[in-house]
Amino acid sequence: MVKAEAVQKSFGRLEVLKGIDLEVSPKEVLCLIGPSGSGKSTFLRCINHLEKIDGGRLSVDGELVGYQQRGDKLYELRDAEVCRKRSEIGMVFQHFNLFPHMTALENLTEAPIRVKKESRTVAVERGRKLLERVGLGEKVNAYPRQLSGGQQQRVAIARALAMEPKLMLFDEPTSALDPELVGEVLDVMRGLAEDGMTMVVVTHEMGFAREVSDNLVFMDGGVIVEAGKPREILSSPQHERTRAFLSKVL
Amino acid sequence: MANAVGLRPEAIKAVPVRHPGRWVAAIVVGAIAAYIFYTVVTAIQNDHTAQGSGWAAVGHYLFNTLIFKGILVTLELTVLAMAVGIVLGVILAVMRLSPNPVMSWVSWLYIWFFRGTPVLVQIFFWFNLNLVLKSIDIGIPFTSFWLHANTNSLIPPFMAALLGLGFNEAAYMAEIVRAGIISVEHGQTEAAQALGMNRGLVMRRIVLPQAMRVIIPPTGNETISMLKTTSLAFTASVTELFTRQQQIATATYDVLELLIVASIWYLVMTSILTVGQFYIERHFGRGSSRGTTATPFQRFRRMLFTFHAPPPAPPELAPAAPAVPRSEHR
Ligand SMILES: Nc1ncnc2c1ncn2[C@@H]1O[C@H](COP(=O)(O)OP(=O)(O)O)[C@@H](O)[C@H]1O
Ligand SMILES: [Mg+2]
Repeated sequence: MVKAEAVQKSFGRLEVLKGIDLEVSPKEVLCLIGPSGSGKSTFLRCINHLEKIDGGRLSVDGELVGYQQRGDKLYELRDAEVCRKRSEIGMVFQHFNLFPHMTALENLTEAPIRVKKESRTVAVERGRKLLERVGLGEKVNAYPRQLSGGQQQRVAIARALAMEPKLMLFDEPTSALDPELVGEVLDVMRGLAEDGMTMVVVTHEMGFAREVSDNLVFMDGGVIVEAGKPREILSSPQHERTRAFLSKVL
Repeated sequence: MANAVGLRPEAIKAVPVRHPGRWVAAIVVGAIAAYIFYTVVTAIQNDHTAQGSGWAAVGHYLFNTLIFKGILVTLELTVLAMAVGIVLGVILAVMRLSPNPVMSWVSWLYIWFFRGTPVLVQIFFWFNLNLVLKSIDIGIPFTSFWLHANTNSLIPPFMAALLGLGFNEAAYMAEIVRAGIISVEHGQTEAAQALGMNRGLVMRRIVLPQAMRVIIPPTGNETISMLKTTSLAFTASVTELFTRQQQIATATYDVLELLIVASIWYLVMTSILTVGQFYIERHFGRGSSRGTTATPFQRFRRMLFTFHAPPPAPPELAPAAPAVPRSEHR
């Protein structure tokens, strides 16, 4: 589903991703862990072209991200194409980023109606179902500020699902939450994984990584230090840097 | 300190701090105001006019048909000039923030010029456009299809004033809108883009509605200011309120009375705008706090009912906030 080969990204002179190789197969849940500033968010944002990569190759579902290959030349995609591809990838942010001027339901129906040109009835029906699914059936008409952090993040997940994505990206979805609210969000994500959603999750929740993910990747300083089965890495890390990081977070 | 449930501590009864400075200030200000008021009132009272005392004349002209016609033109000019200013201002602001350098430079240049020259000069410029440009010809080169328009007939006085006021306003509105757009957190744009929305959709559906909260208050001020600035249109012989009172004053010599009449109408109109602004702000503030702002009427009623009692907590602060996400505190 996602294939990265030697992906490289710099901000000015700061090289943030120094050649990332990684593959995510359909229905796989991949967890990305690593210290702050190691480039996890940047890599995630590259996948839906919120950041442009400077080197290497990155493809989603067999198609290059942000470019098109004709012959042996790469052509930058036009805005409309980039948008269409983004609409097939859901993204959940650390700070939720719900639209504060819209109710929970409007947050869910906005993109399907405007981007996918769905009819309002269809969008509203799916929106209600999704809110029900994340346990917020009664909060249909609530504005984001009237919801707790955990509820907001669940609405944000539902908003991404409303576009019926083939891939979901999570960037530290529970890091901004009070500890007692983390569980409700992880439960929703666990349910998604069980339903066979392909997911790339940046997280510091090692319990979730251990139980839910199929593969675990440890990043540091813009490179992948170690990758493999979560149980193996978490219980017997091979690299010193992994060990040092895990000893801090576990 | 933890209190057992049901055992609320007694309300505090204390002698409030005295503020003698406030009383002194109130008396001084009151005296000055009373003096000014008295001077104006008696000056008009002692002014002899065809209607008797000056005040009778004020009452007479207040509902004069010509004055009403002037008010109508003033309102038309205000609404249209603000419409031009807002539409063009939004376009300029979006252009200014565009990644396309040509767009952003054109916008910068426009703002630099129209904000840097007096609006009076601009009105005069449009009024005298025929000095620069005898006629406007639009057509397809090398064919016989040409539209011809004489600038004098194309730009009558009202149009000259409208263009002068509107184009000038656009420069100010552009800056106001730009400030509003910048005030919206970048995460909003990102979330919208991640859903596949294109630049236009993001701007129209996500960023601008949120920017409204920042844009509306200064726009209200601009509208109120515009209502008064339309009086400059008298220099282009537009028959708005100020011109009308001037015309009557020249004919009747009741200069002071007519200035009072015009002032009264300007005050009435700006007061109505102020009330309108309150309701529009309230509308665009939805979702921004946990309750809605009380209308002045509601506040007045609450004040009556709680006369002497301590004021109740405003509704938006009343419920204890459960688990506010940290993002709001960044
Ligand atoms: N837009 C940007 N401009 C410049 N530097 C950035 C930008 N975004 C991220 N960085 C830098 O890139 C590095 C990696 O950031 P990030 O991907 O957010 O790390 P992580 O998510 O692992 O904490 C950091 O040093 C950060 O300061
Ligand atoms: Mg990050």
